[in-house]
Amino acid sequence: MLSDITIGQYFPGGSLLHRMDPRVKIVLLFFFLIGIFFFDTVGAYIVFSLLTGGLFYFSGIPMRMMTKSLRPLLWIILFTFAIHLFSTPGEDIARIWMFHVTWEGLGKGIFISLRLVLLILLSSLLTFTTSPLKLTDALERLLSPLKRVGVPAHELAMMMTIALRFIPTLIEETDKIMKAQQSRGSDFTTGNLMQRAKQIVPVLVPLFISAFRRADELAMAMEARCYHGGEGRTQMKVLRVSSIDYVACGASVLLCGMLALLKWNNL
Amino acid sequence: MSFIELENLSHIYHKGQENEFPALRHVNLSIEEGEFVAILGANGSGKSTLAKHLNALLLPTEGHCRVAGMDTRETDAVWEIRQQVGMVFQNPDNQIIAAIVEDDIAFGPENLGVPPEEIRRRVSEALKTVHMRKYRTFAPHLLSGGQKQRIAIAGALAMETKCLVLDEPTAMLDPQGRSEVLGTVKRLHEEKGITVVYITHFMEEAIAADRIVVMEKGNVVMEGVPKEIFGTPEKLKQWNLDVPLAADISEKLRRKGWKIPKGIYESEKLIEVLVKMAAGRKSVVGE
Repeated sequence: MLSDITIGQYFPGGSLLHRMDPRVKIVLLFFFLIGIFFFDTVGAYIVFSLLTGGLFYFSGIPMRMMTKSLRPLLWIILFTFAIHLFSTPGEDIARIWMFHVTWEGLGKGIFISLRLVLLILLSSLLTFTTSPLKLTDALERLLSPLKRVGVPAHELAMMMTIALRFIPTLIEETDKIMKAQQSRGSDFTTGNLMQRAKQIVPVLVPLFISAFRRADELAMAMEARCYHGGEGRTQMKVLRVSSIDYVACGASVLLCGMLALLKWNNL
Repeated sequence: MSFIELENLSHIYHKGQENEFPALRHVNLSIEEGEFVAILGANGSGKSTLAKHLNALLLPTEGHCRVAGMDTRETDAVWEIRQQVGMVFQNPDNQIIAAIVEDDIAFGPENLGVPPEEIRRRVSEALKTVHMRKYRTFAPHLLSGGQKQRIAIAGALAMETKCLVLDEPTAMLDPQGRSEVLGTVKRLHEEKGITVVYITHFMEEAIAADRIVVMEKGNVVMEGVPKEIFGTPEKLKQWNLDVPLAADISEKLRRKGWKIPKGIYESEKLIEVLVKMAAGRKSVVGE
């Protein structure tokens, strides 16, 4: 029952987006997220929508993945839309009881919803095209300048790596413990919420004990392999900024420059 | 001077507390470079504690442990010692650190600060040596127990370790995984001249060794070539150890008056002898 899990939402592929340096992808994502808030004109949003659509098309990510990433936030988007629709003063389209639906409200509602959709889609584009391991690696590098002010960049990345490594192992173990408890008459599927929560305790206790034992042995194995923190450590997989990344950065700067021109000329 | 020298080594867990437990008592042992030593012992005989001393994971309470002339108590030498003595533990799941096979093998050399190009070369070579090249980009949880242990061995090899200490590497494996791991270890010993310290309680595995050390209650009680050790099955039983099947059968047959020579502990040898006896039957069976 717990056997088919995928960690993160990485969708393997060989597109230009997949091949980009993960650090550059993260930086550009932030760049665009800020851009979406900053350039709030209709023209700019058409450009951003085309950009997002184009990137999805070129990344080879299927459309259903796109809708899947929006689904969890659908209610928030609808709620935001409704608030704007009903609460913006202006020319009435219709009146429902004490609420006024206005043309201005409709426009603003669509605008804000589109902003949310773009933010979500661009962010999921990063996680769709970058494996969790590469993301971890990139985060470590991007955070490493903050080591001086006490951000444990290497330790955080190592914790992420170990977590990614052990999630499948612990899920397998949970499955095994649940089956063992079920074979002794434990019932996880019936009863009210309280009863079910109580049934989970005999699963969690052995799982935690085993996890601590694993942690202990793993620490020993890491020490045996000369692990002594991030200092003086090299890495086999070196992240390299390639020509794709330079082109992507150049294009992004150009795009934002154009949008800035449009904004300041009030077009 | 031997590669590893244990001199009057004692280790006491929780020393000075109520639950004080002496795991090793005045052990003297030396292991030469290029040797294949099996350490046998029942549960609680101190063999795992001994193993952990060999690469400074534990430090002696008393006495000394020297690896390639370096005392494990010297804090400066610890990383050098751990690079030279690689460890493989019992549980295959709890010693793989990375989520991809090649990243895991690279973990050791990365810690040693080896340049990236060189790490790649070592990882490829280590994978080739343990016959796991196909699995380079696999996730560890998709591998069998035997394969995981071979990855752990490759991880030690990538550090260019001179000596491999294996602490019951096959205890949690199925028979096929056991023979995979033992086969790999034997090959490394023969082809690469790697010193092997193999801790086990499977007699059949200890037969592969050049020398066997038997431990009981923290003491080394017997030391010798497999022939000597398995030639005295009574003693092994006294230390709660099994006897290899062939040695057990030949001992029982001898007691029934069969003229089977002493020192047979390999199944193939026993079969050979029995076939010969069957050929000239009358001359062999007594009474």
